[in-house]
Amino acid sequence: MMAWLAGMGGFVLDRLVRLGRANLFLLRLLGALRFLFQRPGLLIKQLYVVGVLSLPIILVSGLFVGMVLGLQGYANLVDFGATSSLGTVVALSLIRELGPVLTALLYAGRAGSALTAEIGLMKATEQLASMQMMAVDPFQRVLAPRFLAGCIAVPILTGIFTAVGILGGYVVSVIQLGVDGGAFWAQMQAKVQLFADVGNGVLIKSAVFGLLANWVALFEGYEALPTSEGVSRATTRTVVTTSLAVLGWDFLLTALMFGDW
Amino acid sequence: MRQKNLELMVGVFIALGLAAFLLLALKVSDLTSIGNDQGYRITARFENVGGLKVRAPVTLGGVRIGRVISIDLDRQSYEAVATLSIDPRYDRLPADSGASILTSGLLGEQYVSLEPGGMDSYLKNGSVIKLTQSALVLEKLIGRMLTSAASGDAPRK
Repeated sequence: MMAWLAGMGGFVLDRLVRLGRANLFLLRLLGALRFLFQRPGLLIKQLYVVGVLSLPIILVSGLFVGMVLGLQGYANLVDFGATSSLGTVVALSLIRELGPVLTALLYAGRAGSALTAEIGLMKATEQLASMQMMAVDPFQRVLAPRFLAGCIAVPILTGIFTAVGILGGYVVSVIQLGVDGGAFWAQMQAKVQLFADVGNGVLIKSAVFGLLANWVALFEGYEALPTSEGVSRATTRTVVTTSLAVLGWDFLLTALMFGDW
Repeated sequence: MRQKNLELMVGVFIALGLAAFLLLALKVSDLTSIGNDQGYRITARFENVGGLKVRAPVTLGGVRIGRVISIDLDRQSYEAVATLSIDPRYDRLPADSGASILTSGLLGEQYVSLEPGGMDSYLKNGSVIKLTQSALVLEKLIGRMLTSAASGDAPRK
């Protein structure tokens, strides 16, 4: 019984220590960001790696999610003769929830895991330590560009995902299912608000998710045990932790933005 | 050369992102109707505005000519005062036009519909519409139906 209690206490303390380390890590990371004014090339390179290379998966997923939303929404709305509000259904669900959340999850799988593996391997092969030997701060040189690039890329990817999704919904509902195209856009414009929906959903949510995803990925890589097993575990943890954090924060943000309190 | 290619790709990426946000702002959301509120204001007093909301459309003959910009309560008369912003293109609405609150479809949102009158003078900034018809409240309608059915029974006998 005592051992069980001690085990539980140890577990909680362990988590708290880890959370504290993660916060200190974030502070150091933010402090190192100003170095990027001297070397913007590093940022561009990382933007290419996490942003441009994530485009194919984002474009394809966005298109298919939008098309599925169109089909499902049509199947439900046609019973009420309300297919003209299909545009609203597709746009609001993409802008408020699916766009930011799915983009963050895809980003964690596509780019976050790669970041963790890269940093973890750099640590395992002692590249980070040798940088420090040469008086190069790995936070400035390696971590900060990746962090900032990720934080810029996620909102952009979210915007692209959402826009492509809406176009996918348009293709299915207007071109294939024969919903009136004018009503599709007009109803959407009447119901979607620029600041309350697009600003809150696409911009603020995706900025928070981008920060979470990159923070977790870099921290897990930086804290990975310097063995091949340690790197593989850290990579798995990145995807799991990011997904849970994104979904949890999504609930909090949704409650704050769209819940009536 | 390699670095230039990289920068080009990143530039394309950022441009795509901006294009996506532009699409969301201009085509999907209501930005087109926010900034250009240069319409003239008229007010209409209703006994009951029902579920009318700010930004609901104002129509005449089914064509949207403006929108509701505020709904307030007159503290003396306990009437709801709706302020409507009308597109200046439609500046020749007769002064004795009437306003009623209608519902689009069975479950749709409520909007203000204007019916043109016959006077020679026109509605202008600050005019008040006198002839109004309140929103249909379903419960009241059912209640009225029940009482008329009950009283209607008597003479039939």
